[in-house]
Amino acid sequence: MSTVGFVMLCHTALHRAAQVARHWAERDCPVVIHVDKAVSRPEFEGLQKALSDLENIRFSRRHRCEWGTWSLVAASQTASELMLAQFPSVRHVYLASGSCLPLRPVEELRDYLAVRPMTDFVESVTTKDVDWTIDGLNAERFHLRFPFSWKRHRFMFDRYVELQRSVGFKRRLPADVVPHLGSQWWCLTRQTLSAILQDPARREHDAYFRMVWIPDESYYQTLARNYSRQIESRSLTLSKFDFQGKPHVFYDDHLHLLKRSDCFVARKIWPKANRLFETFLDPNHTGSSMAEPAPGKIDRVFAKALERRTRGRAGLYMHSRFPNSDWENGKTCAPYSVFQGFNDLFEDFEAWLSRRLGTRVHGNLFDPKKARFAGDQDIYAGCLSSSAAIRDYNPQRFISSLIWNTRGERQVFQFSPRDTQRPGSFMAADANAQISVITGAWAVPLFAANRDFASIRDEAARLQKREMEFVNTLRHVRTRAEVRIWTLAEFVEEPMENLQSILDVMGGATAVRLTEAPRIASMEGFGQFLQNLKNQGMNPFIMGDFPTTPTGAQPPTSDSRPYLVR
Amino acid sequence: MRAVERYGLRLRRKKFLVRAWRKGRSLLEVVDRTAKIKPSDALCFVTLRNERVRLPFFLEYYRTKGISHFLFVDNDSDDGTREFLAEQVDCSVWTTETSYKRSRFGMDWVNHLLRRHGHGHWCLVVDPDEFLVYPFCDTRPIPALTDWLDASSVRSFGAMLLDMYPKGPISAQPYSAGRDPFEIACWFDAGNYTIERNWQFGNLWIQGGPRARSFFAEKPDRAPALNKIPLIKWDKSFCFASSTHMLLPRGLNLVYDEWGGEKTSGILLHAKFIDTFTAKAAEELERRQHYANSAEYRAYHEGLHTDLDFWTKWSERYINWRQLEILGLMSKGNWA
Repeated sequence: MSTVGFVMLCHTALHRAAQVARHWAERDCPVVIHVDKAVSRPEFEGLQKALSDLENIRFSRRHRCEWGTWSLVAASQTASELMLAQFPSVRHVYLASGSCLPLRPVEELRDYLAVRPMTDFVESVTTKDVDWTIDGLNAERFHLRFPFSWKRHRFMFDRYVELQRSVGFKRRLPADVVPHLGSQWWCLTRQTLSAILQDPARREHDAYFRMVWIPDESYYQTLARNYSRQIESRSLTLSKFDFQGKPHVFYDDHLHLLKRSDCFVARKIWPKANRLFETFLDPNHTGSSMAEPAPGKIDRVFAKALERRTRGRAGLYMHSRFPNSDWENGKTCAPYSVFQGFNDLFEDFEAWLSRRLGTRVHGNLFDPKKARFAGDQDIYAGCLSSSAAIRDYNPQRFISSLIWNTRGERQVFQFSPRDTQRPGSFMAADANAQISVITGAWAVPLFAANRDFASIRDEAARLQKREMEFVNTLRHVRTRAEVRIWTLAEFVEEPMENLQSILDVMGGATAVRLTEAPRIASMEGFGQFLQNLKNQGMNPFIMGDFPTTPTGAQPPTSDSRPYLVR
Repeated sequence: MRAVERYGLRLRRKKFLVRAWRKGRSLLEVVDRTAKIKPSDALCFVTLRNERVRLPFFLEYYRTKGISHFLFVDNDSDDGTREFLAEQVDCSVWTTETSYKRSRFGMDWVNHLLRRHGHGHWCLVVDPDEFLVYPFCDTRPIPALTDWLDASSVRSFGAMLLDMYPKGPISAQPYSAGRDPFEIACWFDAGNYTIERNWQFGNLWIQGGPRARSFFAEKPDRAPALNKIPLIKWDKSFCFASSTHMLLPRGLNLVYDEWGGEKTSGILLHAKFIDTFTAKAAEELERRQHYANSAEYRAYHEGLHTDLDFWTKWSERYINWRQLEILGLMSKGNWA
């Protein structure tokens, strides 16, 4: 009745291997165990003794096994031959490892295989179609020679590969070999397996695969193609690999995930995951009868882990993710808006914008005195301090932290040439930044200021220089922010259209139509003011052309704009 | 990095090791049970002084997390710390009366013990008020993590120090032995940390949190460092260069990913700010045995006189490691 036999390759946690072997053997499945020769004799004998009461367990001749080498194939060959010779009733041979755990009762596996008596379950895909190989060696596994151990002699391994590449060495493949790759955990029928092992050309095959890299992922996978009547190209063993090519490990907290996977066998199980072993080796444990294996859910968990390890969360800077410049996959985690010059031109702009957008709007976060958070709070989201010293200690982290801490709420803040300019280039290079600038608007408060003209002149020169630098940064080829720049003169011509164009982009499709206009500061005499600056030897060019007529550029009031009442 | 610089770091490492040996001679054995250590055991190394009240919970916490043996350096305690530890079957204790400051804040002593007993083991080096939280720590013990790190060829595991504080004045809620300190100090700052890279040693330099915003708002560069590397697969050639912030050889400091990904990391919950702190700060200020002439403690002391309260309406209440992961304070990396 024993239609499925298990070949187990063991090297550590032998007590767990013994538990699993006993589980199978007691359920009338013959087991052949291969124990790595590196395992000490007392340990090996301990295992033999622990299983000595079961007459359908055999131990095969031991090989010294090393990852990535032929020894693993040799071990499975020896053990498979023993299985085929000693247990004639075995129809399917299942290759498992010592850290495998059956997730469903053996009867279910047996029934499953009985319905598919001639099907070989071995993942087998051509080299062109795989992407899991590490170290960039894919087709080259088959065309180069790999006499050196990757684990122990990495230097020689790499040099020898380079050498072969440089001289254009390419091995000749045996005539009937079309390279295929796949998971090393297979379940083959007696016919296919014996055909591979008793092939007249086996010496040639073995000699070839001996120098292939990681032959346990290609030997059976390739040769099964020659003999199998029907190949199901998937493994019955649930085994996931991470980006380093090492298997993911299952722990107690994966219990429900494993239960729902409906896979027959899972690897690899952490040897101390007591709950998993207790649950799945429990004689009363039942599966969900004839369900097809569905590892999709587990796939997703591990795919997410891989994504996290290789790309990480955009905009996050922390003690295990600190990307080099330009490797951030996004300098910040969410879009935000920066307004320069708007709160100079409009009276009470922040409150108005906050009402329009229905969100909190910050003042000048980089004000030299302190960070002007919305509501003038001293501490903001994530306990960010408004202290200028702390903020200026690392302005980039200040922005990225603020955006990270307020995920889900778009941040809007003011910027000005009066502020600390250090975050300018960071924002410009950030694709999440929406930066709108009215150049020269800083002159409006100066125009209204009650200050000595000499100091106004100096201040104007300083601010113009700083703004020019910022604008140049924004116009740089490396800028990735969404930038809009108007001169003051341009902007006041059509302030509402310009504002609307910014808000449209911010709000997306649900953008609000502006019905209430912010009030523009009085600019009567502004042109004359600029002329005075010129007369004092300073050239205020950045605000565009304002006529020097005493009336200045009087912006239209809201009631003269019919579209506003819509 | 140039060969000369690399060689310079090598010399420094050797110097630290010689220093550890020299300072280690002042350690007097109280009880040595290290013969009981098995090859695969995870060990915990602690330097402490007068922490009797914290110990029951500390030991309990790490025992359930799978630490097999504790090695303590007691710096002249007089509150029964030494006697208490000597009674514990899984603790080995050494004592010294020499200066904490002149042993590089205890690092020489710990380096000495690590070299003697840590070789080949995963070693956790923490203070008695630091509690390691790592991904899946509610379901998987530390050996699960270290087995996985071994399989991934990772030798060191980083954890940021996260200052925990109570709501209201810290003296308001008294702490008693055996109690979970995070029942009292369950709040933290979620996102005000600045990170910079130390190019010489390759580690990150993190500052921020409640201490930075409360005591160092004008001098943020003086704020205490929060980057820590508390868990290492020790080799006798390793040494801590500055507290547990950085190690030599410098490759051990690379506990972060530079190419956009996230490495697996944890958090050290810092239970410093409970009511015992007031007395401690006064004592340490008196002894002047702490870093930078106890500048930190001086700042605390000034803060304490006006009844220290770190809590703000933006403080986050601690729930579990998953919360810390979502907040981006730690990461599962590719451990799933």
